[in-house]
Amino acid sequence: MKITRAQVEHVARLARLALADAELDALTDEMDAILGYVETLNSLDTDHIVPTSHAVPMENAFRDDTVRPSLGTMKAVQNAPAAAGGCFVVPKVIE
Amino acid sequence: MSLTDLTLHAMQQRLRNKEVTSVELTRAFLERIGSVDPSINAYLTVTAEQALEDAARADRRLAEGQGAELTGIPLALKDIFITEGVRTTCASRILENFVPPYDGTAVAKLKEQGAVLLGKLNMDEFAMGSSNENSAFGAVKNPWNLDFVPGGSSGGSAACIAARLAAATLGTDTGGSIRQPAANCGVVGLKPTYGRVSRYGVIAFASSLDQVGPIARDVEDCAILLQAVAGYDAADSTSVDMPVPDYRATLRDGVKGLKIGLPREYFIEGLDPDVQQATDDAIAVLRELGAELVEVALPHTEYAVACYYLIATAEASSNLARYDGVRYGRRVDRGQGLIDMFMQSRAAGFGPEVKRRIMLGTYALSSGYYDAYYLKAQKVRTLIRQDFLDAFAKVDVMLTPVAPTPAFRLGEKLADPLQMYLSDIFTIPVNLAGTCGMSLPCGLSRDGLPIGLQLIGRPFGEAALLKAAYAYEQATTWHRHLAPL
Repeated sequence: MKITRAQVEHVARLARLALADAELDALTDEMDAILGYVETLNSLDTDHIVPTSHAVPMENAFRDDTVRPSLGTMKAVQNAPAAAGGCFVVPKVIE
Repeated sequence: MSLTDLTLHAMQQRLRNKEVTSVELTRAFLERIGSVDPSINAYLTVTAEQALEDAARADRRLAEGQGAELTGIPLALKDIFITEGVRTTCASRILENFVPPYDGTAVAKLKEQGAVLLGKLNMDEFAMGSSNENSAFGAVKNPWNLDFVPGGSSGGSAACIAARLAAATLGTDTGGSIRQPAANCGVVGLKPTYGRVSRYGVIAFASSLDQVGPIARDVEDCAILLQAVAGYDAADSTSVDMPVPDYRATLRDGVKGLKIGLPREYFIEGLDPDVQQATDDAIAVLRELGAELVEVALPHTEYAVACYYLIATAEASSNLARYDGVRYGRRVDRGQGLIDMFMQSRAAGFGPEVKRRIMLGTYALSSGYYDAYYLKAQKVRTLIRQDFLDAFAKVDVMLTPVAPTPAFRLGEKLADPLQMYLSDIFTIPVNLAGTCGMSLPCGLSRDGLPIGLQLIGRPFGEAALLKAAYAYEQATTWHRHLAPL
């Protein structure tokens, strides 16, 4: 086994996904199969290879720090499930 | 010939010659959407009223002689492009009621030209899939045979063009999501080089791989649409500040002396015999036209799918963290605190494939596994990218099949995610290398399903790619075969 059911539960918690027992069972099998498949990468020696995070060689992208119009509060909150006074409303964080 | 059967460039001619109006074209498409789309399910949203208003405005602009390339042309967009005031779902329940407050750059460019937007197109949820069966709003059917998938993730876009439900569309391609559905539906799709088209206002899946590109009826239509959206955008710091050539200026230059590479790793056992035959025929056509065909090697090809499914899922797990039920999207709150609200909202909003990929990506990035999976995949990506650079030192363009088989049946690969992933084996390496690729029709299978030819270009070599594709297309008749609808 590449991954256990307990690990899958832990990952679901990290990913903030409430998964049902049946989903966790299925994911354990599926992730195990996929992780087994990606093991093929281990047959390559990559000790001295520089990782690629971006396909196009590029330096940092700078721009002038100029003031420009922004979206505005009302538009920014228009899709919020709950908003009040131009703010996003969330469940109480600190008891 | 019906108006909806015309290519985009033929519509341009007729609009300019005052043989047709944009309102007439728009009405023709809206009528056809009404009669044909119930069996295809390509559209998630049809913006009929707005489209007719925009068409009337385009007609006034054309009458004043102020028309741009796309003025009055009815287009449709994959529902991954955010559109001001028009619901944008990414085919997910979590964004079912999301109405964006602004347009992305590509959409803004089309609107500035006066293009008419007919609506938003179905896709695999968050662009994750190879069959369009992962949409929260129902699968799309292949217009050539309704029992088969159109491919994915831009399946709605490719089916829309094959069924003549818009003049052309924009899709996105992260691992083949423009090219594979274009091949399955017998239309032309182009994935530009990473950085060629702005991703601003395109809902992110895997940010180092995602790229916007056209799906259209023929090569010239693709060139026109790419021309309209290509270029640097300050709002996307990964877009590349490099001049955009006039793609149509070199379209007819031919392939005499062009060196076309055949990567031997792509001509494998297990290739469908009809695909093999169609590809061999295409090679013969290009040789006849004066191209020089040479064998090349892409030795790390067999590692591409594994590499991709670590990098793409890792990036997706990070990008999709934003769907938390706070700023937009579905919220499920049982009154058990913030974390519970996050977990319930995401569980209710995402479909099974999206959850699977978030889980894989989270695992690949998690403490203790990062080096073994994510970092390893990034190193293998270097090897794959170097393969392409080495091959392009010897040839101008490469030629391969788009996929090992024609379209498969609805439901055929749903039970086995890994088998589904392997249908992108020939398209994924192009995204990892960050270069450009095209899919164009090159045959029909014994079941009467389209087969796609892939041409791969150098980084920012879209002009040469389009030139080779155009030469092949004009020497054959495959692009004139229409899905029997």
